[in-house]
Amino acid sequence: MASLKTNKTSAAFKTYAWFERRLGLTQPLTDAAQHPTPARSASWWYVFGSAATVLLVLQVVTGILLALVYTPSASEAWSSLQFLNQNVTLGWFLRAIHGWGSDFMIAIVLIHLAQVFLFGAYKFPRELTWIIGVFLLLLTLGMAFTGQVLRFDQDAYWGLGIGASIVSRVPFVGGPLVHLILGGPIIGGQTLTRFFALHVFVIPGLLIVLVALHVWMVLRLGINEWPMPGRIVSKATYESEYHDLTAKDGVPFVPDAAWKDAVFAAAIMLAVIACAFFFGPFGPSGQPDPTIIQTAPKPDFAFLWIFAVLAYLPPEMETPMLFIAPIVIIGSMLLLPLVAGEGEKHWSRRPLAVLMLAVIAVSLGIFTQLGAHTPWSPIMDAWSGDPVPVAYLQNRSPLQRQGALVLQNKQCRDCHSLGGVGGMRGPALDSIASRMTEDQIIRQVLQGGGNMPAYGHALSPAETRALVSFLMTLRGNDLSPAIDASRSLAHSGAIRVPLKPVPMRTP
Amino acid sequence: MTTPHEPGQHTQPEGTIETPAITSQKAARHSRRAFLFKLSLALNGAVGAVLAVPILGYILGPAFRKNSSYNSWVSLGPISDFPEGETRLVDYRNPVTTVSDGATGNVACWVRRIQGAHFQVFAINCAHLGCPVRWFAQSHLFLCPCHGGAYYEDGSRASGPPERGLFEYQHKIEGQNLMIFAGEMPTLSTEACNRKPLVRIETQPSPNATEQGADQTRSSAWPA
Repeated sequence: MASLKTNKTSAAFKTYAWFERRLGLTQPLTDAAQHPTPARSASWWYVFGSAATVLLVLQVVTGILLALVYTPSASEAWSSLQFLNQNVTLGWFLRAIHGWGSDFMIAIVLIHLAQVFLFGAYKFPRELTWIIGVFLLLLTLGMAFTGQVLRFDQDAYWGLGIGASIVSRVPFVGGPLVHLILGGPIIGGQTLTRFFALHVFVIPGLLIVLVALHVWMVLRLGINEWPMPGRIVSKATYESEYHDLTAKDGVPFVPDAAWKDAVFAAAIMLAVIACAFFFGPFGPSGQPDPTIIQTAPKPDFAFLWIFAVLAYLPPEMETPMLFIAPIVIIGSMLLLPLVAGEGEKHWSRRPLAVLMLAVIAVSLGIFTQLGAHTPWSPIMDAWSGDPVPVAYLQNRSPLQRQGALVLQNKQCRDCHSLGGVGGMRGPALDSIASRMTEDQIIRQVLQGGGNMPAYGHALSPAETRALVSFLMTLRGNDLSPAIDASRSLAHSGAIRVPLKPVPMRTP
Repeated sequence: MTTPHEPGQHTQPEGTIETPAITSQKAARHSRRAFLFKLSLALNGAVGAVLAVPILGYILGPAFRKNSSYNSWVSLGPISDFPEGETRLVDYRNPVTTVSDGATGNVACWVRRIQGAHFQVFAINCAHLGCPVRWFAQSHLFLCPCHGGAYYEDGSRASGPPERGLFEYQHKIEGQNLMIFAGEMPTLSTEACNRKPLVRIETQPSPNATEQGADQTRSSAWPA
């Protein structure tokens, strides 16, 4: 038995030796795996980059598996996704993993970026690693957008419409650019195949090449040391200092640091699988038929913040912002390491950087939250679906109740809420009469203004009178009605000054 | 001197100085090879340039087509389908489609019959970012679900983020049919062709179309 075992071992070794003689990879791979890492950098804070790479591999594998069934044709893509969801064994699960994997990948890439920024890891000599990282972020977002298009449903269709409308605002070449992106005059078969080629060949190819460069540079330049207050990066001395640091208390990346990367990557994969299992795949929502207009298109999670910003920009600022803002944002990210390549790395010595990161993170969070709830969008069926609260109809005159009916029938509820139900585009009307006088309400209804259309041509005088008489009853919890200070003066014909001013509050 | 020598050539012992003749011979060979290498690079550059022509032409093909070349007259059905004073949703098949377009080749538009032969035909796409606007007959408004753009019944901007009114198709009445000049998704940069097509063969008014002459020029940009 023992000799058999030895024979097997030696046979295995011979096979290995045969390959190694030809490949010669053992030595360089061992060197790479055991490259010295600063001991404190073998930290849980340094696991996001590897997790993002593992997620990329997951996306490539699940993407190839989905491509076995998916049909990149505008007339069949949607049905092939239904087929994947309903008929292909575990097709729904693979779609779910791919979808959730994409959301996780964006999140991890952003966390990785924030960590690198906070730890000053973009400074000399790792400037190019950061710059390539910025392109990796853009490519990841590009994958998310093109992937959303491949889920060829209503959101994808109108998302393309939004994209084309944005591109059409480019000065001079807007029209040709729209045709270039759509592959023709309308969103259709040529559009989908274009985005398919981008999502499946072009962007993944670039991603893989740039990830390889990114990792190569990490190995070549070493993992960023743990920042210490007062340890200044200088181009003249950094490399020898880093060399001394790793020589003194460096640990081999494998296994001393790598186990944390591996544990975190496994946890993330498990989280993706769990989300996929419990929440299922994304869509597809309705069919990509532009004649079905009963739809409220919304982009995927990663782009909700842009969707929200586009709702709040004033019309005259929109086109300039759409083209200047991305140049400024991406440009400053690319220039950051070139401008701030030396100096302090520790966050406690870079308050502006910490503040900037916090402001950007909070803003993105707020806009994403707003994008998820779209308070600016009219609720298209509120007028027919949400009744006026009963309390607002009790003890009201027939005219006032008629006014409530006008309010419903003229779709005011699509933009104005009553009792917390209805659109949020305009202000809630529950206490409108405590803020506006009758005259002001009439003027606002008939002429519009602010962000409200004029209803003068949509309301008869009788309807207006009924509507306003109902609105005048809406004073919240019996707040005092709004008064027009000038009215009493007009009635009296003179300015009456109280002889003895009444004090607001007795101490 | 580890460079291989030509067969038959006299090998030189290490450290000895090459005769000028051999040095110049090697230099000549080297410069000849370097020249050939540069030539090969130039050759590949030329091939690449030739190859770039069809590749770029293929990719940029759609961009070089004139906007208006996509458009043609499409019938929306007899005008009796459209009651006066109402605005209705009408579907049509885009005049330019490909085999794989499927349902995306179907396009909807809003037809407003003001009175008699006076029509307005609006694109479904919001002038803000192209989402499909919906008509609310009771409040006489078009509302956009994406960012809340609102338009009056004549297509002019009412409120919200759009910077202009709805896109309007050019239209005419031929026989008893309502026709629109369509074929391209209207956006801020392509709507111009909806406004004034390059060639209008129909400019010679046919006897029964004279009364619509004024109506055709009616399609103009709405004041922002």
